[in-house]
Amino acid sequence: MPPDGLIGQALPRVEDERLLRGAGRYVDDIHPEGCLEAAFLRSPFAHARVTNVDLSEAVRAPGVVAAFDGAQAAALAGPLVFDMARIVPEPVRRSVDPLVRVQPMPSLATDRVTFVGQPVAMVVAESRYLAEDALQLIDVEYEDLPVVVDPERALEPDAPLLEPEWEDNVAIAFNFRKGDPDAAFAAAHATVEERFRSHRYMAAPIETRGVVAAVDPFDGRLTVWASSQTPHLLRDFLAGALGYAPDRLRVVAPDVGGGFGMKGSIYPEDLLVPMAARELGRPVKWIEDRAEDLASSTHGREQVHRIALAADADGRILALRDDIVHNAGAFTTLGLVVPYNSLTHLLGPYDIEAVDVRMRVALTNTGVTAPFRGAGRPETVFAVERAMDRLARELGMDPAELRERNMVRPEQMPYATGLVYRDGADQVYDSGDYPGLLRKARELVDAEELLAQSSEERRIGVGYAAYTEGTGVGPFESARVSVEPGGKVIVRYGGASQGQGHRTTLAQIAADALGVRFEDVEVRGGDSGELAQGFGTIASRTLVLAGNAIVEAATEVRERAKRIAAEMLEISPDDLELAEGAFSPKGSPGTKLPLGDVAGFLSPFNPARPKGESADLAAGSIYRPSTVTYAAGVHAVVVAVDVATGMVELLRYAVAHDCGRVVNPTIADGQIAGGVMQGIGGALYEELVYDDAGQLVTGSFLDYLLPTASEAPELRLAHLDVPSPLNPLGVKGLGEGGAIGPPAAIANAVEDALHELGVVVREGPLGPSRVRELIREAVKAGHGKVNTVGS
Amino acid sequence: MKPAPFAYHAPDQLDEVLALLGDQDHEVRLLAGGQSLVPMMNFRLAAPEVLVDLRRVESLRQLRHSGDGTLAIGAGVRQSALLREPVVTDGWPLLSEGARHIGHPQVRSRGTVCGSLAHHDPTAELPALAVALDARMVLASASGTRERSADEFFVSYYTVALEPGEMLLEVRFPRCPAAAGWSFKEVARRRGDFALVGVAALVEAGDDGTVSRARLVFCGVAERPFRALDAEQAVVSGASFEEAGRLVSEAVRPMGSIHASAEYRRECAGELAARALSEAWERATGG
Repeated sequence: MPPDGLIGQALPRVEDERLLRGAGRYVDDIHPEGCLEAAFLRSPFAHARVTNVDLSEAVRAPGVVAAFDGAQAAALAGPLVFDMARIVPEPVRRSVDPLVRVQPMPSLATDRVTFVGQPVAMVVAESRYLAEDALQLIDVEYEDLPVVVDPERALEPDAPLLEPEWEDNVAIAFNFRKGDPDAAFAAAHATVEERFRSHRYMAAPIETRGVVAAVDPFDGRLTVWASSQTPHLLRDFLAGALGYAPDRLRVVAPDVGGGFGMKGSIYPEDLLVPMAARELGRPVKWIEDRAEDLASSTHGREQVHRIALAADADGRILALRDDIVHNAGAFTTLGLVVPYNSLTHLLGPYDIEAVDVRMRVALTNTGVTAPFRGAGRPETVFAVERAMDRLARELGMDPAELRERNMVRPEQMPYATGLVYRDGADQVYDSGDYPGLLRKARELVDAEELLAQSSEERRIGVGYAAYTEGTGVGPFESARVSVEPGGKVIVRYGGASQGQGHRTTLAQIAADALGVRFEDVEVRGGDSGELAQGFGTIASRTLVLAGNAIVEAATEVRERAKRIAAEMLEISPDDLELAEGAFSPKGSPGTKLPLGDVAGFLSPFNPARPKGESADLAAGSIYRPSTVTYAAGVHAVVVAVDVATGMVELLRYAVAHDCGRVVNPTIADGQIAGGVMQGIGGALYEELVYDDAGQLVTGSFLDYLLPTASEAPELRLAHLDVPSPLNPLGVKGLGEGGAIGPPAAIANAVEDALHELGVVVREGPLGPSRVRELIREAVKAGHGKVNTVGS
Repeated sequence: MKPAPFAYHAPDQLDEVLALLGDQDHEVRLLAGGQSLVPMMNFRLAAPEVLVDLRRVESLRQLRHSGDGTLAIGAGVRQSALLREPVVTDGWPLLSEGARHIGHPQVRSRGTVCGSLAHHDPTAELPALAVALDARMVLASASGTRERSADEFFVSYYTVALEPGEMLLEVRFPRCPAAAGWSFKEVARRRGDFALVGVAALVEAGDDGTVSRARLVFCGVAERPFRALDAEQAVVSGASFEEAGRLVSEAVRPMGSIHASAEYRRECAGELAARALSEAWERATGG
């Protein structure tokens, strides 16, 4: 789509000059005078009774100002209660009748610990070094309790219970059924059934979490700087938990180095650090270290699917069945969000009439799982897209052809799936051309010439993954646009940037909507002190929600400015045009009235100012979407597998993506590329591994392997923009899309490369040892034969 | 992730280093590149009471090519020198190639050759290269110096033949036979990771066009660098490289980890042996 004004232009990011000079300001760069530092003692056990916590030596250690155990913390701040997680919209209740159990989370463990890394005590000292020295002096008595790590095991009747008052470990459960799946399976020409497991991995942003809190001794107001995606939600939470009026508490998310959902949750430290600052009357800082992040920040992805597809002889899919078990970890903090996303993205771009899905979410003695870039979609796409390839093999059909035959066609739009989305609206795909995306991805990946180079030793295969993504979920986002007397435009929005380039894209939108120059717009976000209302940047929503809120506010400002300019020039507003920040009468472009002069005209110092007009040329808007808009994508990848060493090489990776109208192509490409790399991490390298005792085996970057620039493949991207009819900008979200496809696409490609050997890929990551194991098993089972030196 | 308290010294003379190292009443550790020790201290897996930093000792930063063809690398020389110094890249190409697999440029610019040898992670490249190239280790303490072969030096996981109060002062690589073909092969999860399996191979061709000498030393398959003597002998006796690889797979008894099973390392060692021998042979014969 060609640029339309500033929208569609690949403007350089205004953020980068400052960040590249090292002039960023992250939470750890904020160090108020007299700031103390906190450190946390964390549970070394996955499940144990805490019978005694002895802080007496720790509080006497050099530099220690205070130490808190669970009982003290509970008395000062209470547990974390996630009321919002309990809310189930009535249409969702009617559709799937869910069980939703949400536990309060102690800020520090009181009587029990339920996962390794759970905070048990906090020490506040003059420095982090001294605080950590004191942690070693805390004596905690634990009594072992039985541990359950595996979510399927947790659902067995004799499994150890995470919540002693519950009869089982089921935190969430629901079922969905449409059509007549039993009849469809009975009448099918071909069926496949497999167990696929999406393994646990996590966001691991380059900047870990961090909190600094300071009470102003003059007025008692509390300021909290947090590496958060949702500063306004954190403010509301802290106001309730600590008993502050919201306007006496300001939460700022300064520069944030990546979040990917992990910083959209509220954590015990978010409460404890401000609590300590209030109690001690001194600023307190806590910066999460990497070991804490891996163990204690939220994880993602772990699901087991028993999925079955039924098809007729032409490859039309007649029915889908899936029995899903989701590992919640030790607490459910966000309720339905992730597991329900898995349901509403299970059908993806496919038109399937009969569906039978069961979801059970199990508590286990592992770290908490929560949204992570895709939030339930990569898990479900892994299962469905793997099953599609198994079905294609069963039918002897090209996997891309099978997909195309079953896709919702553009002329079926808007297309109702029969499901209800998490926001309570019927799930209706608003726009998109899924077969077009598939064709584009195939064209981009151009697999044939690479496949022709395949040999017995180095086998080459191609894999696809298609998905839809509900983006721009409500309830709302807010924005305020104001014109300063000098002509500068300030845009405030309720979200927060973790590196997405909001100051660039939102300025493009505002400048266009208002009629000013891009360089005259300054975008401010992530600060509850700048704007009273806000929701935050999660779930691929800021461009859709904040973007459209800005359009609404800017339009109101423009119309008001036009009315005042018309008075100033004594002509009709209809005869005025606003461009490049100045009004001109139509047909007289030489006469200019700068927008800044209009703002200045409203000054209370101006005796000629119009009566009854407020002094600021500004407007605010709350944008509430009717429901989500559906982005979509198809990934295609060609891999080479070294049969003897099991090493997988990505030869070429292609993504055809539809995120509606593209505001800034460079930033959009960057979002996709970053998402793809995070997905490649999950497909090939990253896994959070717990042993049977619930110990996290991959507790540092020595064992938790992120992909680096060396692992990046050749990437080919294309945007097929089908504007959304649901919002004025026509945009869809794209923050998560890139991360959804890779685990499925790469697994499909590896299986394709090794299909002559009879290999079936059921879980990742596909490191060389696992790939060799798959080959050995397949050869042993007599599916194929392969000669290597070592076997 | 902050270290426990420690005393820090950065003397500029070697005898001061050795005097501090000789302190029997405290746990003293040398700090060279810090690429292994500092993370261990930050995790509090290591908590030395005294840290002696070698960075100011100029005499340790020398990389010398002596008259008899020996390459001597002091305790302060960074791993990046192995990729940068023409004397190494020309005379010991195997050493350069192996060092290319150590971490990333940032790691190699800090990490030292002798530090990696003295730390002795058995999945690291340099211990295997030292054994493959018949390196001599010069050990120093306040009471003098002594020499050990690389084969004697590496004992077991993170354990070497250093006595309390003793440091690895220098590693000496004898002249590499000019006619030798060489190869270094490694599989790792990602570029720059510790090897799942790695192998250094050297092959010399006799006048009759057969293999007259072979050397195969592995990292990642045992508690110390593993020299595949049976496979070396078999190759000299005319066995194919694939056959030699099979002998390697039979001989090794690796441990498994979350990154690679024992079975994987066993079969991969054989595969890499065959590939490395084949490449080394091509280099030896100009083929």
